[in-house]
Amino acid sequence: MSDIETLERQLLTEIEAAPDEAALEAVRIAALGKKGSVSELLKTLGAMTPEERKTKGPAINGLRDRVATGINTRKGALKDAALNARLNRETVDVTLPVREAPAEAGRIHPITQVVDELTAIFADMGFAVAEGPDIETDELNFTMLNFQADHPAREMHDTFFFNPKPDGSRMLLRTHTSPVQIRTMLSQKPPIRVIIPGRTYRCDSDQTHTPMFHQVEGLVIDKGSHLGHLKWILEEFCKAFFEVDKVKMRFRPSFFPFTEPSLEVDIQCRRQGNEIRFGEGEDWLEILGCGMVHPNVLRNCGLDPDVYQGFAWGMGIDRIAMLKYGMPDLRAFFEADVRWLSHYGFRPLDFPTLAGGLSA
Amino acid sequence: MKLDFPEGDALCPAFGLRLVTGVKNGPSPDWLQRKLTAIGLRPINALVDITNFLTFDRGRPLHVFDAAKVRGNLTVRRAHAGESVLALDGKTYALDDTMCVIADEKGVESIAGIMGGEESGCSETTTDVLIESALWVPHNIARTGRKLGINSDARYRFERGVDPAFMVPGLELATKLVMELCGGTPSEIVVAGDASAPDHVLNFPLSEVRRLSGLDVPPTEVKRVLTHLGFYVAGQGETMKVAVPSWRPDIEGKADLVEEVVRIVGVDNVPATPFPRGDAAFKPVLTPLQVRTRKAKRALAARGLVEAVTWSFIAKPYAELFGGGDAALALANPIAADLSDMRPSIVPSLIGAAQRNADRGFGDTALFEVGQIFRGDKPEDQFTAAAGVRRALAKPAGAGRFWEDKAASVDAFDAKADAFATLAAAGAPMSALQVVPGGPAWLHPGRSGTIQIGPQNVLGYFGEMHPAVLDKLGAEGPMVAFEVVLDRIPEPKAKPTRAKPALELSSFQPVERDFAFVVDRKVRASDIVRAAQSGDRKAITAITVFDVYEGQGIDPDKKSVAIAVRMQPRERTMTDEEIDAIGAKIVAEVTKRTGGVLRG
Repeated sequence: MSDIETLERQLLTEIEAAPDEAALEAVRIAALGKKGSVSELLKTLGAMTPEERKTKGPAINGLRDRVATGINTRKGALKDAALNARLNRETVDVTLPVREAPAEAGRIHPITQVVDELTAIFADMGFAVAEGPDIETDELNFTMLNFQADHPAREMHDTFFFNPKPDGSRMLLRTHTSPVQIRTMLSQKPPIRVIIPGRTYRCDSDQTHTPMFHQVEGLVIDKGSHLGHLKWILEEFCKAFFEVDKVKMRFRPSFFPFTEPSLEVDIQCRRQGNEIRFGEGEDWLEILGCGMVHPNVLRNCGLDPDVYQGFAWGMGIDRIAMLKYGMPDLRAFFEADVRWLSHYGFRPLDFPTLAGGLSA
Repeated sequence: MKLDFPEGDALCPAFGLRLVTGVKNGPSPDWLQRKLTAIGLRPINALVDITNFLTFDRGRPLHVFDAAKVRGNLTVRRAHAGESVLALDGKTYALDDTMCVIADEKGVESIAGIMGGEESGCSETTTDVLIESALWVPHNIARTGRKLGINSDARYRFERGVDPAFMVPGLELATKLVMELCGGTPSEIVVAGDASAPDHVLNFPLSEVRRLSGLDVPPTEVKRVLTHLGFYVAGQGETMKVAVPSWRPDIEGKADLVEEVVRIVGVDNVPATPFPRGDAAFKPVLTPLQVRTRKAKRALAARGLVEAVTWSFIAKPYAELFGGGDAALALANPIAADLSDMRPSIVPSLIGAAQRNADRGFGDTALFEVGQIFRGDKPEDQFTAAAGVRRALAKPAGAGRFWEDKAASVDAFDAKADAFATLAAAGAPMSALQVVPGGPAWLHPGRSGTIQIGPQNVLGYFGEMHPAVLDKLGAEGPMVAFEVVLDRIPEPKAKPTRAKPALELSSFQPVERDFAFVVDRKVRASDIVRAAQSGDRKAITAITVFDVYEGQGIDPDKKSVAIAVRMQPRERTMTDEEIDAIGAKIVAEVTKRTGGVLRG
């Protein structure tokens, strides 16, 4: 065996035996470094005769290449081994829980959600959203809405009053959202199409009444809107809101001071436990009151009832929320019990749209 | 018998009276008792039962006096201040001169149209009876009934209006029943005043039915319906003349006649008619405040807070703690003592709610509400506020103890972050907001802040709740709160297009340098940042406070504040000299304005 072969065997053995990258680097320097054993051999080529160089040259160069390749291969293997060792050390217990996303924990109150649903439905029919103050005058809450002085209809409203002012007048908490009808008619010209959601107050409290509740009204004023349009709007609304293909509604004559004719509306349903199905069944549920705006109300707002006409309707937001989503008790809406809110509330990103579905 | 009212002040338009002598009062016959019992009335004696029967059967309330117990003539007049009467319900009522009474020489015998007096009431021993059938002024009956707190069947009818033309016939019918059931001899009827009903004739264009209801009803059908309901209908053509029967005081005008027709023909027959939205342009239907409100709600819920809806009224002491309690905002008739005053802030309600949840075992709660607050009783005094409360471990990242974090209580910065998230979502100009230390008295004085755009426009507050206030609210901390008024956010300028401003990208690498300053504890981080910013307003694009340190190695009354300054070259790469020059300027500005010393 030539010296070259001996050297190669020895070097390859050392490369193979190098336990880490530092040891391998020492082998590399000892072989291929400036004064390395292979480098020294390469230097001898210069002093050789051409014949000698012909045979020794390829042998020495081959030696250098094989040693270099061996080092690189070993280097890759050592790197892989080191990475594997690191990865083996680096473990986490992935069964540990992560925090729930805040957007999953937060909730939107059913009243907010239902108002957003109403807005989506009626905006599509060309309605704007009007609002007004909670503290109202007797004039706007009653008189302009054709409640005559001392008429029993006033008393039936169980009004919250503030203390009289020096001039004898007294403010009150609106008993319905209807004063906003007046504010709207006084501040804008027909055609008018608005819905009016908001807080309302009556001093009444039992299983089904709370001193504060929410109503939504609709008001249309123009030169041609009649009961037929009102029926259509209410039917379309009920179908959209309750997310059913058909509804059956029953209109009963009734009395409200601010509408003439006045109607109460029932919707056909079937009750199953705390679930209510609409568009089927034998039960009827009263859901709203409505009618053609009373000529006196139009006159009070400076509109000629022989030229302008229109209709209005009103319903309880809390009530329709209960009917749709199955909450059994109105009082719980205002108790801020996080168990109730988490259960009946809505996730913040579940924004009701007609395109994506109201409650989908 | 006489009506005693000054001219033009008749509280009793007409009064009819008849004496029947020699009656024998006793239990009424079975048929009458059965009818009364069936509608929940208790039979008393024949004379009283007859009046109750006619009240329901004919809508004609009557009253019967025991003639033996009436002294002298009956007078219908205003009550005198100080008078009182023992009524048939066994209660004594104090009267005043707004009320109408029937009196004899002894005093008041009956509260007109509402309830008779006990003293002259009919009993089994009555032999001579005075039957009264009268007309009263509806709103006066309503007012008197309300003042006295009497809800009687007579009041219910008189305050809504009864048929004036039936006053005398009703009296005749009552007489007939008295004679049938109790015998006796009637005298002539005495009538004072005028019981005739005014003629009420309406011009009724038939087109009104279609105009208001959308229903096509042939003229003959309109006529038939109205006639059957007791109206007198005359005329052929487009407009009929319709005379309103005396028993329909509710019929005022054309619309009322349409209602009569529609309810008889049937509302179910009104065809549902599509109501197209027309060709109006699709525009937002919500006002800016409505948009802010809904965005604020979703933003807060997305931060893990749960939306509550609480009463608009709170207990007076609580209102006072939060700057309210004005007499003008106190209810005259609250439903409960703790729901007496309009709230000046949503925070006390949320604190109460958080505490109730804690008492039930849910201590780490985060609640918010966006709703009305009241500073006065005018419309412009009502504002829409967004408020939130976090309790105990209800941190923004998640509530409760967790393996990954050390259990830290909520702090003022959680409330600040909620407030800023709300304002950002609601479209506030965030770079214009200033935070000033301190807040209202309900917040911890050293751990609270005021958010404003200049001293004139305070948008809201945030911080840790004042321990003494929590104590007064019966709540246990730690709790932090914020409240911002959404109406106070300035509206952005309207722009003609929706295009966003052009994006400016620099092709040169930004440079970041860190500086740590040792300053007095009282120095505000915001002042350090503002001073550093003035090192080079153009080149410096961002400054971040990345560390605040107090403790070992720093004087006890000092702190170290470290900032990272990012500089963006625009025309060419910055040289080291340029960067160092800006750095020196930053240090000089901070030192000049805050007394800060660059930490070695």
